[in-house]
Amino acid sequence: MADDGDSAADVYDVYDAAVIGAGVVGTAVARLLSHHRLSVALIDAEADVGAGTSKANTAILHTGFDATPGSLESRLVARGYELLSAYGPSVGIAIEHTGAVLVAWDDEQAMSLPKLAARAAANGYGSTEIIDAATVYHLEPHLGPGATAGMVVPDEHIIDPWAAPLAYAREAIANGVTWLPNHRVTKLEVAADTTLLTTSPGEGLRARFIVNAAGLYSDAINELFGLDSFTVRPRRGELIVFDKLARPLLNRTILPVPTAHTKGVLVAPTVFGNIMLGPTAEDIDDKTATGSTRHGLDDLLAKGRRIVPALLTEEVTAVYAGLRAATQHSDYQIEHHRDLRYVCLGGIRSTGLTASMALAEEALARLVECGLEADSKDADQLRSIRVTNLGEAFERPYQMGGSGPIVCHCERVTHDEIHDACTNLPPATTLDGVRRRTRALAGRCQGFYCSAEVCAIAAAVGDRTMAEWLGVS
Amino acid sequence: MTTADVVIVGGGPAGLSAAIAIRRLGVADVVVLEREREAGGVPRHTGHVGYGMRDLHRLMTGPRYAQALRTQAERAGARIATSTTATDWAGPTQLQIATAQGISTIAARAIVLATGVRERPRAARLVPGDRVAGVFTTGALQQLTHQYHQTPGKVAVIVGAEHVSFSAVLTLRHAGCRVAAMVTPLPRHQTYSPIRLATATRYRVPVVTGADIAEIHGRSRVEAVTLTDGTRIECDTVVFTGDWIPDHELARRGAIVIDHNHRGPVVDGASRTDRAGVFAVGNLVHPAETADVCAIGGRHAATSVRQFLSDGSWPTTPLRVIPEAPILWISPAILHPGTALARDRFVLRVSEFLHSRTIAVTQGEHVLWHGNVVGALVPNRSISIAADWVDTVDPAGADIVVRLND
Repeated sequence: MADDGDSAADVYDVYDAAVIGAGVVGTAVARLLSHHRLSVALIDAEADVGAGTSKANTAILHTGFDATPGSLESRLVARGYELLSAYGPSVGIAIEHTGAVLVAWDDEQAMSLPKLAARAAANGYGSTEIIDAATVYHLEPHLGPGATAGMVVPDEHIIDPWAAPLAYAREAIANGVTWLPNHRVTKLEVAADTTLLTTSPGEGLRARFIVNAAGLYSDAINELFGLDSFTVRPRRGELIVFDKLARPLLNRTILPVPTAHTKGVLVAPTVFGNIMLGPTAEDIDDKTATGSTRHGLDDLLAKGRRIVPALLTEEVTAVYAGLRAATQHSDYQIEHHRDLRYVCLGGIRSTGLTASMALAEEALARLVECGLEADSKDADQLRSIRVTNLGEAFERPYQMGGSGPIVCHCERVTHDEIHDACTNLPPATTLDGVRRRTRALAGRCQGFYCSAEVCAIAAAVGDRTMAEWLGVS
Repeated sequence: MTTADVVIVGGGPAGLSAAIAIRRLGVADVVVLEREREAGGVPRHTGHVGYGMRDLHRLMTGPRYAQALRTQAERAGARIATSTTATDWAGPTQLQIATAQGISTIAARAIVLATGVRERPRAARLVPGDRVAGVFTTGALQQLTHQYHQTPGKVAVIVGAEHVSFSAVLTLRHAGCRVAAMVTPLPRHQTYSPIRLATATRYRVPVVTGADIAEIHGRSRVEAVTLTDGTRIECDTVVFTGDWIPDHELARRGAIVIDHNHRGPVVDGASRTDRAGVFAVGNLVHPAETADVCAIGGRHAATSVRQFLSDGSWPTTPLRVIPEAPILWISPAILHPGTALARDRFVLRVSEFLHSRTIAVTQGEHVLWHGNVVGALVPNRSISIAADWVDTVDPAGADIVVRLND
């Protein structure tokens, strides 16, 4: 442990707070901190925000009806739902109201519905309605045979999952947060007033307070503080996205009856106008095993064939696999250590997107408990931002005109949107980053028509070649 | 709202050829909507020779062929609206279009859909593994190498062994990339023997048959692939070729009847869909034939477009032409007696290699035609049969069945 912290302060930048991890949780924390008179660093091992566990999720804005009553998750999902529902539309994050129906496929599942309704009520959500099989098919005529009953959850929404971390980060940066991509934290040394963070390119910084939002690696950061309260056991989830032509098959999100282990495989519309099938839930050991698998995809297709048979006649547009930061505990692992000036937001699984803004509030409250003085900036000092709406339910740039010709035809992404993705903060530095910001290359042809031109536009922006953008240099 | 006599959606070989021919038949206002910055379609990106034989009667490269069609279309007086996307329907023969200025509407008396095909990319084929760099379709690869002079990688595996797959070999070699193998689940390659032979001797490309790609390895870049037979091939590039799917979005958004066998609109010999005033041509209705076949099809449709503009007639009681396995699809798949077909032929595809088979076309008990196919019965390869029997069908009779006999 270094005790010469202050003498070395001239070598390293010193921040009031450092947020480790720029996923949906870390960016939300950085955004909230940026509303205060604080110097803040947002650090991530990857080149982009939202490039870890946040990049492949189910894109649902949950009511939290099925959480464990009394849990942190229950409280934060409910609060986060409120916050994000208000914030999203104000900055251009596509959020679409579809509602959901939870479908029972046998009598046992049907019998469990009243218990689920009671649980929803215990979570403060009283709008569920149990319906019979005929009503289920009336609501969703393309469901496969065998549904025995259902429960409508009218307030479930779908959301652009990548726009949330992007908007949070953009707002944080606009309000003074320092964004440090490609910085993997390898060492933490707690000194009297600051903690020295050593990061992988051989750099370092000091921060008085630290927030751990490192997702899959939140246990590793915890260990660097000498703590071992939880271990992340990644849970792989694979998703299949079907062609936009499949969108009319569903009116709302189709949920299964959840188990203790997982919310199960759902079939949901996406704000982009596709249908998503997934996720699988597979506990694995390797935190880098983000690839899709034969057995995972086959499993999804088998389930999809039962839930919405006609879905299988449509083309698959994309396949994603992501890892949830599951731990040995079922609830979020939120802790704070006044002596270490440290707040840990661990064990945030698929509900993290919905809960993100509430998690930020929670983190701030705990930082204050650890001794952080957080004075709010005046409202006129805060800079607001926008992200580009990518949702089909709202007007998109190609419809408004004035942002150049369409370059990506499948997703109707204009020239200027691609250009802006590479220049607006935080800029995309990979094609995946461009894809998440614009939908370019995410459509049915997966780049057959436009990948070359998208690369050329990106390469024209900065000093990186087309080959570097393609990742083949 | 703007108007035109005929709006053609798609400025590839079929769409441009239709525009040229329709103008030459004296129709005043013919507009081609092309979503790219330049018309010409897929041939624009293929650097090698092999275009124009059957329609323009000279052999040229793809880009020159595309240029020739563009020039002809301009000289014929067709309007080509580039960077213009038909996004949806605004009426039976009206389209919503998007340009850099935003959304507007164009109304026509007739619409010709010529939206083409694409190759199924990796995701559509459900090939597992990480989403790594170095994975392409032939379409993406050819634009990168021919238009932007990029080198995709050093060693490639090509998925597929049909004509376009061999075109990908040429493109990769042109870019300095070695081809480690071509892979096909079928028992043999599906191109013409001279092409296969040339590839084997000149570039030493092995074709792995009876195996498909099972997984792509690598975390950020392709490192290897595994095949369904367990073979592992080290490579940094994977090119998914062929496995065509029509770009049928506009047709389907308009609820035009789709052929469930090839996923393009159902048309008759005059390129008529089930919707009065809406025609479909090119690889949208036969995925996929060569550019010149598409061009001839587009040209052929002009007569029926012209006729519809003058008399407004639209036959509505077609006879269906039903292919029996192992025939995958046949185009056209409906008949209106008295209508001539493009090149006086039906085109079809089979699912397996077959030898010494004949084809029988029957209507009920009546054998309409019986004979040999033109060309070998090879999957993924163009096969055609004569259409000289279409005038002998019973217009009030049963569906027509096309089957192979031993």
